[in-house]
Amino acid sequence: MSDTPPQTETVTFTLNGKAVEAEKGELVIKAAERAGVYIPHFCYHPRMKPVGMCRMCIVDIDSGRGPALQPSCMIEVAPDMVVNTESEGTKKAQDGVLEFLLLNHPLDCPVCDKGGECPLQDQTIAYGPGESRFVEEKRHHAKPIAISQNVYLDRERCILCDRCTRFAKEVAGDPLIHFTERGSSTEIATFPDDPFSSYFSGNTVQICPVGALTARPYRFKARPWDLVENESTCTSCSVGCRVSVQTSRDRVLRYQGVDVDPVNWSWLCDKGRFDFEAVHGDERLGAPLLRRDGALADASWNEALGAAAGHLRTALETGGRGSIAVIGGARLTNESAYAWAKLAKGVLGTDHVDAQLGDGLPAAAVLGLPRATVDDVCAPGGTVLLVAPDLKEELPVLYLRLRHAVVSDGARVVELSPTATGITPHAAVSLRHRPGETAAVVRALLAGGEAPAGVDPDAVAAARDLLAGDDLTVVLGRSSLAESAAGPVAAAAAVLEARPGARFLSALRRANVHGALDLGLAPGVLPGRVALDDGRDWFTSHWGSVPAAAGLDTAGILAAAADGRIETLVLLGADPLADFPDADLARRGLEGARSVISVDLYRNASNEHADVVLAAAGYAEVDGTTTNLEGRVSRVSQRVNPPGTARADWIIAAELAFRLGEDLGVESVADLWAEIEQVAPAFAGLTADRLASAAATDGFVVPLPAEAAPEAEPDEAAEGDGDAGEPGVTQPTAEAVSEPADAPATEIVAGADEDAAADDVEDAAADEPGPDRPALLSFAAGAPGEAPAATDAYSLRLVVNRRLYDRGTLVAHSPSLADLAPPAVVHLTPKDHDRIGVGVAGVTEVRIRSARGDVIVPAVADKGLAPGTAALAFRQPGADAATLLDAAAPVTDVRIESVEGGGS
Amino acid sequence: MARLSRDNLALAQEILARYPRPKSALIPLLHLAQEQDGWLTEDAMEHLAELVGVTPAEVLGTASFYEMFKRRPVGTYVINVCTDIACSLVGGDELLEHAEETLGVRDGGTTADGMFTLQGVQCIAACTEAPCLQANYRYAHRVSHDEFDQLVDDLRAGRKDAEIPRHGVLARVRQTIPAERAAGAIVPEGQSEPAWLAAAESDAS
Repeated sequence: MSDTPPQTETVTFTLNGKAVEAEKGELVIKAAERAGVYIPHFCYHPRMKPVGMCRMCIVDIDSGRGPALQPSCMIEVAPDMVVNTESEGTKKAQDGVLEFLLLNHPLDCPVCDKGGECPLQDQTIAYGPGESRFVEEKRHHAKPIAISQNVYLDRERCILCDRCTRFAKEVAGDPLIHFTERGSSTEIATFPDDPFSSYFSGNTVQICPVGALTARPYRFKARPWDLVENESTCTSCSVGCRVSVQTSRDRVLRYQGVDVDPVNWSWLCDKGRFDFEAVHGDERLGAPLLRRDGALADASWNEALGAAAGHLRTALETGGRGSIAVIGGARLTNESAYAWAKLAKGVLGTDHVDAQLGDGLPAAAVLGLPRATVDDVCAPGGTVLLVAPDLKEELPVLYLRLRHAVVSDGARVVELSPTATGITPHAAVSLRHRPGETAAVVRALLAGGEAPAGVDPDAVAAARDLLAGDDLTVVLGRSSLAESAAGPVAAAAAVLEARPGARFLSALRRANVHGALDLGLAPGVLPGRVALDDGRDWFTSHWGSVPAAAGLDTAGILAAAADGRIETLVLLGADPLADFPDADLARRGLEGARSVISVDLYRNASNEHADVVLAAAGYAEVDGTTTNLEGRVSRVSQRVNPPGTARADWIIAAELAFRLGEDLGVESVADLWAEIEQVAPAFAGLTADRLASAAATDGFVVPLPAEAAPEAEPDEAAEGDGDAGEPGVTQPTAEAVSEPADAPATEIVAGADEDAAADDVEDAAADEPGPDRPALLSFAAGAPGEAPAATDAYSLRLVVNRRLYDRGTLVAHSPSLADLAPPAVVHLTPKDHDRIGVGVAGVTEVRIRSARGDVIVPAVADKGLAPGTAALAFRQPGADAATLLDAAAPVTDVRIESVEGGGS
Repeated sequence: MARLSRDNLALAQEILARYPRPKSALIPLLHLAQEQDGWLTEDAMEHLAELVGVTPAEVLGTASFYEMFKRRPVGTYVINVCTDIACSLVGGDELLEHAEETLGVRDGGTTADGMFTLQGVQCIAACTEAPCLQANYRYAHRVSHDEFDQLVDDLRAGRKDAEIPRHGVLARVRQTIPAERAAGAIVPEGQSEPAWLAAAESDAS
């Protein structure tokens, strides 16, 4: 009551006759739940502020003035409070509330999607009166109505608990649904023709305590009791939200968010929630393909693997080790990534390996910069510098967390971006800069000095004040694909120079790109965040050999291939023709490689050029682990069988090695993990046992803290006491794999030795004392690059950003999402918009011309844009920004002119 | 008939400036929009949403709570005939029936010429003067059937224009608040926020 107490202060109160301890300020309903007393409720949700709307949680609370029925979700515990959840009064109140709620609620449970997992149904059975005195006609509405493309509302079932509307306003920040006609005919509604098109709309279906909100992709697909679920980790982007994968009859039918404190707080974005459809996409590859008579045709695995191995062998014989390159790997699990790293770097001996498609940051920066977790970035009262793409579009749940930190916890965001983003309305300062000026602006903010012309000096001054403190976290990524990665990297170097204590959260977006980099799928690094040169001895002793020198990144690989220096190009779940931000180079690269091997889930533009396409098993079809942008390792679970004969990526790697006369020495995912734990320094101590422990729901940020790193017993769930019921089925399935969990560890060392012997690499030094475990890579700032030349007077600097829904694989193969991808449109500042003459005389489209190519797109004016820039999203329907980009250029300047009479 | 006209937009800006938070101006702005078009159009609600920085759904949520904001076109004159208990005892229901016959529309309907919308309502707080009615919220007391017919004739002929403006006009004398007294005119830095504001906001959002 007096001054603000420390968080941990406890209060003792009486609950059903027993003394119970609770945190000061805790709500009665939550304190009771922690003490094992469940109070029924509908509107209360642990991740949202209470409203006391449904009255279901009314219990007898005596605060010193005698017992009174009060909503336990609105009352904080107080010393000497006496709470009785079992009193006659409470029971009568619960009876009454349920009878009221059921006055208008239809009893259509047998045809309701929620039936079987419905809080109203369950609580009516547990606490309800059993029968209703209401014999009149219930209210009727048209049912259901679509409030967005994927969320349907049945107003008859709605009990007006305010969960969805609170979520929309409080959590998502998209209050597009609201109570209307308040009074006796209150209902939830959108504004006419203004659907609830939030990226987070699916969460309202999950939190709806009745069947009022249903998700179109799941409607009438299954009954809850027919679903089998496994906890897993979403890999739609790199945030790594915890999900429950729910299946029936070998089909994935639904993902539900699981509440974990460090990451997603039970929320999912709609892309992550509804892209399960891509698992069973119509065009999934169920068998390998082999080019015969010029066309790709189904083949047996024997033929396809034989052909692929043949290409690799030919490449080794004719072009040597440096003539093989591997692009991609972000789709893979950590285990598969490791297997491929071992195949590429240990067996094939090439370092031309890159999991990123020219749209990320150099591995040295991602792996070497001091790391921040999501919790660090979203710490109450903290200061965050965003040098990153639009988080709402690329890492939606990170946006939710950061938004919450700003709105509720007093965090302050300084944003540096060429365009307005989802977080801009919440930023304390949002600076607009042009691509190419990123580092200069950061230097101006942190080290003083002039900010580049065009950046608002008042905003710079305000940002300087905010960033004056030492405790700074930075979210680092590419705000524009048309600016080379050198910009953000130089910005990071500038931050570290000015604030040595700063920590960074990578904003790379691809699924498991961080796991792939951690496990060596990048040039110049080896598994476990080790630089190639530092880890040479250690990995030579384990693998037999490692590449002699650092290789090329994707841009370098494609350029080398275009020059005819790459014999065999392996596309490991990569589609550079669609995804590489330089369409021309990607095309020349693919055409220039003598042979192309693709490992993929789908046919795509790039593997039309392949000689062999190997069908891989994808998400929900493999067990393993994934690593999110914090470096948090968590498990992904198999729930369904891959289509046809598709197989896991690591099996493909092992088969190829076998056909090349080598042995990867692994026979299961468990083997792979055991080897990773032994060999890859960043993963030391993260044993299979730990991963299988109860604490694994939260995942483990690697490297483990020093005291936890030594072999330890799996610690019993110290955290995550689960206030929002976790799905029960968390039993690891990897243990089903043949060997007992402790066996592989010893076997691996032996296996590695056999490996070395079996390779006829003449490396005998592998045994005995053995080299030391190498140190983890740390970031070293390179020489600051030259600032790009100023834009000429006729040009605009191009910004290429991304939207959540694009023509990417997951969205394109999910029917519920594919239509949501907005068509390409170029954003111009109002000044340029008028100067170019858009909107005059029927002109709506413009031609954008760069040194590389041109596209014609509609144009709109956008006040949120940095002066002198034009923004076009990557991979949207209608135009391909990649045709404008040159991977070698630090920035891209374009000329834009109006197109008469609108073309196409 | 849609978004606020240029003149009304200027008025809207003036109204917005009176409040420390733009959102607080929503209800006066809804009245302004209703005054402009006679009812609340969707376009106007969208425009207001832009002006006060909320979503159109939130504007609808507020507007739909209030019976006096009409989200369907209504007649130039909205006639509310009271049928609650006091009026009912002295002929309110008969008055409504008579009104239906005179105007040729049912309760809730609008005449074909767009002049009148007739509504039966519950208690308009003039029970001592029953049976009573309102024409655009201007009262008529102890109304006989003849008086009703007379009222309708007068309204049709424009003889009541001085007393009863068309629907949507709340008052002819517009409230003006000198700029220096408007809360919004104070620079935010110089403003000491009342304690209740922060408390209310932390409750609300």
